Amino acid sequence: MDMNKERNTVKRLSRLRRHRAAGPVLLVFALFTIGTTFQVASAVNTTTQTTADRSAAIEEGRQLFLKGCSSCHGINAEGGVVAPSLIGVGAASVDFQVGTGRMPMADMSQQAMRKTPVYTPAQVNALALYVASLAPGPEIPGDELLNYERDGSIAEGGELFRTNCAMCHNFAAQGGALTKGKYAPTLMGVQPVHIYEAMITGPQAMPVFSDKTITPEEKASIIAWIKSVEAEPQLGGAALGRVGPVTEGLLAWTLGIGLLIGAAVWLAMKAR
Amino acid sequence: MTARERVAGNVAGFVDDRTGAAKYLKKSLSKVFPDHWSFLLGEICLYSFIILLASGTFLTFWFDPSMREVVYDGAYVPLQGVEMSAAYASALDISFEVRGGLLMRQIHHWAALIFMVGIVVHLLRVYFTGAFRKPREFNWVIGVGLLTLGIVEGFLGYSLPDDLLSGTGIRIAEAIIQALPVVGSYLSYFAFGGAFPGIAFIPRIYTVHVLLLPGIFLALITVHLMLVWYQKHTQFPGPGRTEKNVVGYPLMPVYMAKAGGFFFIVFGVTAFLGAVASINPIWLYGPYTPGQISAGSQPDWYMGWLDGLVRMAPPLESYIFGYTISWNILIPGLILPGIMFTLLALYPFIESWATGDKREHHLLDRPRNAPNRTALGAMALTFTLVSLINGGNDIIATTFDLTINQMMWFARIGVIVLPPIAFVVTKRICLSLQRADRELVLHGRETGRLVRLPHGEFVEVHEPISAEKAWTLTSHEQLAPLELPEFDQAGVRRPAAIRNKIRNRISRAHAVAVPKATETERKELEGHH
Amino acid sequence: MSNQLEPIKDPGLPAHVHRRADLDEKYAKRAETQVAILFLLSALGTVLLIVSYVFIPQDIFVFIPVMGEQNVHQLLLGLGMAIALFFIGAGLIHWAKNLMPDEEVIAQRHEFRSNDEDRAEFVKTVKAGASTAGLGRRPLIKRTMGLALGLSGITPILLLRDLGPLPGDELTKTSWKTGTYLVTDPGDRRIKASDLEVGAVAQVLPELAEGKDHHSLNDIAKDALLLIRLRPEEFNLDAERLSWTHEGIIAFSKICSHMGCAVALYEQTTKHLLCPCHQSTFDVTRAAKVIFGPAARPLPQLAITVDEEGYLIAQAPFNEPVGPSFWERSS
Repeated sequence: MDMNKERNTVKRLSRLRRHRAAGPVLLVFALFTIGTTFQVASAVNTTTQTTADRSAAIEEGRQLFLKGCSSCHGINAEGGVVAPSLIGVGAASVDFQVGTGRMPMADMSQQAMRKTPVYTPAQVNALALYVASLAPGPEIPGDELLNYERDGSIAEGGELFRTNCAMCHNFAAQGGALTKGKYAPTLMGVQPVHIYEAMITGPQAMPVFSDKTITPEEKASIIAWIKSVEAEPQLGGAALGRVGPVTEGLLAWTLGIGLLIGAAVWLAMKAR
Repeated sequence: MTARERVAGNVAGFVDDRTGAAKYLKKSLSKVFPDHWSFLLGEICLYSFIILLASGTFLTFWFDPSMREVVYDGAYVPLQGVEMSAAYASALDISFEVRGGLLMRQIHHWAALIFMVGIVVHLLRVYFTGAFRKPREFNWVIGVGLLTLGIVEGFLGYSLPDDLLSGTGIRIAEAIIQALPVVGSYLSYFAFGGAFPGIAFIPRIYTVHVLLLPGIFLALITVHLMLVWYQKHTQFPGPGRTEKNVVGYPLMPVYMAKAGGFFFIVFGVTAFLGAVASINPIWLYGPYTPGQISAGSQPDWYMGWLDGLVRMAPPLESYIFGYTISWNILIPGLILPGIMFTLLALYPFIESWATGDKREHHLLDRPRNAPNRTALGAMALTFTLVSLINGGNDIIATTFDLTINQMMWFARIGVIVLPPIAFVVTKRICLSLQRADRELVLHGRETGRLVRLPHGEFVEVHEPISAEKAWTLTSHEQLAPLELPEFDQAGVRRPAAIRNKIRNRISRAHAVAVPKATETERKELEGHH
Repeated sequence: MSNQLEPIKDPGLPAHVHRRADLDEKYAKRAETQVAILFLLSALGTVLLIVSYVFIPQDIFVFIPVMGEQNVHQLLLGLGMAIALFFIGAGLIHWAKNLMPDEEVIAQRHEFRSNDEDRAEFVKTVKAGASTAGLGRRPLIKRTMGLALGLSGITPILLLRDLGPLPGDELTKTSWKTGTYLVTDPGDRRIKASDLEVGAVAQVLPELAEGKDHHSLNDIAKDALLLIRLRPEEFNLDAERLSWTHEGIIAFSKICSHMGCAVALYEQTTKHLLCPCHQSTFDVTRAAKVIFGPAARPLPQLAITVDEEGYLIAQAPFNEPVGPSFWERSS
């Protein structure tokens, strides 16, 4: 009776995404997602336009490439001393690397970081088309693959994530350390299309997760889980970075014992 | 006499007629406790323990310590339909289906962390002030026992919810058991009721966690407190304070109100942490399976230094006559901690053996006045701290743009090089502070006021310090080093000579000090001025 | 040296300084009010706790700077409790400090050592007791009692024997047999060599035996496998180990040879595998040789091949035990 009702209330608690009482952040997130989808959709639409448009875009991409990328990747994208060949990496790779601002690299550090993209979405698309025209490779996942809310199961995604991703990206997708200063970045705030592209292209140190070992539906589930974690409010207070016991111990040693010793000092102080 | 007083008197009389308690209580109620903030550190531990008992009992009402597999259908959507153990599912239910359950879980976990922090800080206070000296050695040993048990108890609690992180911890504990020479694999099979992870382990450690260890804790804490009570508390040196007396407030009413109040403060602060800071968000970790792992898998902080030691261990294994000895596990996981805890427990006896000081001490040392002890403590702390830092090296590396390889090499070298440096530096600092004390007593406090003398010289005006302060700074005793015979009358090295030589050496190191200021010197200086 | 010098003298306990509240009833009254306010605050905390327990639903969230999106129910419940408890303590302490007597008292200590007569008497009593019991005169009793007590100590050890079975050779065996299919974890789908691109990894378990519907944790703890595809020319393996790979696909036990964590952090660029627990690093191109960290042994490699349809299968069982070391391990 009452228990049941209460339980339902609690169930709704976690289904925040669909709950009216969800905070403004969720709304912003939803708008963000919709915006992203549109952005990607429009990008995909361009790719399916007429051949003439297509070759014009490839030419634009080639020009952009010569200007912005060829100094490292070579005039014909054949690669150089500091940068790999881009022949056969596919449009998905370009969209991921350039679309997340990792390329062009700011400096020759261990690893390219996510930053504000240098190119507009249209330019990124042109670059991607150009590189894809050199040799076949993974394509930018279309809309139908990214409908994670429809195709993905959050719980299943969680299991897949913990088996395949958590070892590097941490249990809550906050990122983690790799060898020699490399790191797996946080997945918070990453667009679904980029998550998908990372899985199929294996950027930088990340390995590839083939469509046969992790099916497109499973990839959608992984995205669904990441998005659910991202939107999940702090159920038990400040999250302390969601990195496990290190920050918890730090807080116990600072705020916790600090407050208590403060109280002890006050207690032992003589009143005036 | 009011009616109320009459009732109270009747009740008291009723109890005393049957127990004779009045005689004892009368004395106890006027028991004197010295007041100092650092004397409350032990109380933090005691109160955290009480909080742990209370919140832990609450949790047991819903927790199901079983590794039976269930399919989760509770309130937390991202795990619905996932196979997990009943233990994990019930820990989720406590978090999401029981109102206040998550709060209690977090209070329990924060109290555990603070309990261990309190123990360590309390231990440091007792160590650096020399409170462990005769007659309090037993209590020191009990305290070391409580620290050790606390680490075990905490680890078991961390393991119970059977989430991915706790399962990883159990996996590592299993590897340590399995690495024991000769009996390892047998002990592991006995502990786990077969192969890892099996279905027996969590119910078993549950009994240990909620019954066996808390029972031992309760007994040890009782003895610990009774000894404090019976031996009376130590006190810091100061005017009117001697080895023969204790200056402070009577239990009834002042200390009772203060100590009782402090209990509520500790509980309040713990509840505050439980309210505002998330701890061990098990729903994010997911259920344990041996094929999964999260980046940055760490134990709670009190095990962190052990994990750090294991991380930095060199990759050593011996294969002798077809058997394997894993030094890379045994040394950092068992041998080193074993040596450290043994030395820690025996320290009071070692120090009194080395200094030859067998007298009772009730006045505390200021850390600077026992430079050797303070430096040894700093050395041990440095060792542990480097290990602890290495235990979180991946988190630190990503936070501060370092690499785990750099961190590891820093720790591997630092754990050997830094402790001796800490020793030397601390000892020097102590001696400098002693010198500063001496200056202060002899020349007074620098006022920062400059005065121009008639012949044009500028001098800073020094203000003599109070008699109380001067006494506090000089009341400690400075023991002369031992001079045990290293040869007998015939000039031959006696069998015990080497031992004596070691004792002489250590006691000489222990006796190094800046001579404290005396009244004679003070008067001489006054004559000059 | 210092015994010739006159030490600085103990000036004795300084005179008691009275508090304002002791001297002036106005201040005492003020302190009383303050204590009362603290207790009232505590009462308010409890009211807050009750209100949040009873009236605030668990699905309301509010954004708080620094802390993020917070659950109002949980937060106010906790804060109510914290306030209720903290201010009881604060009130008591404030009361004790300002209104209870604050004159320090001196109590004398007594020596713990019993006096010599007592000690001697104690020794005498013990000796007398022992001799009337005949402990010294009847060695037979002493020895048999020792034997009985010693033997009885075996009881708990014996009774604990059934805690678990003997390991036998279980630690050296896994479910991998010649011809066992490699399947995805999770998903349990067979894998073709062509399913993996160069640079791809896959988390793998052995195909379930007939009649089993899911992998037990005990099995996963030994069977979990990591499949990695490189360019064949990138390997730096001897002929035997090379024959254990298939078209650049190499399979390692995912259970760390150090302490059993899942080693699965594969870096495509460096071909290194990292264990997140203790940071042992293994070089995939050299049969998972340890190149950093505390692990002493490479990860066991599983020999793989394909069946006639091209699905990956095990060529043979592991040739060594997987997971952390144990005494009976021979290498």
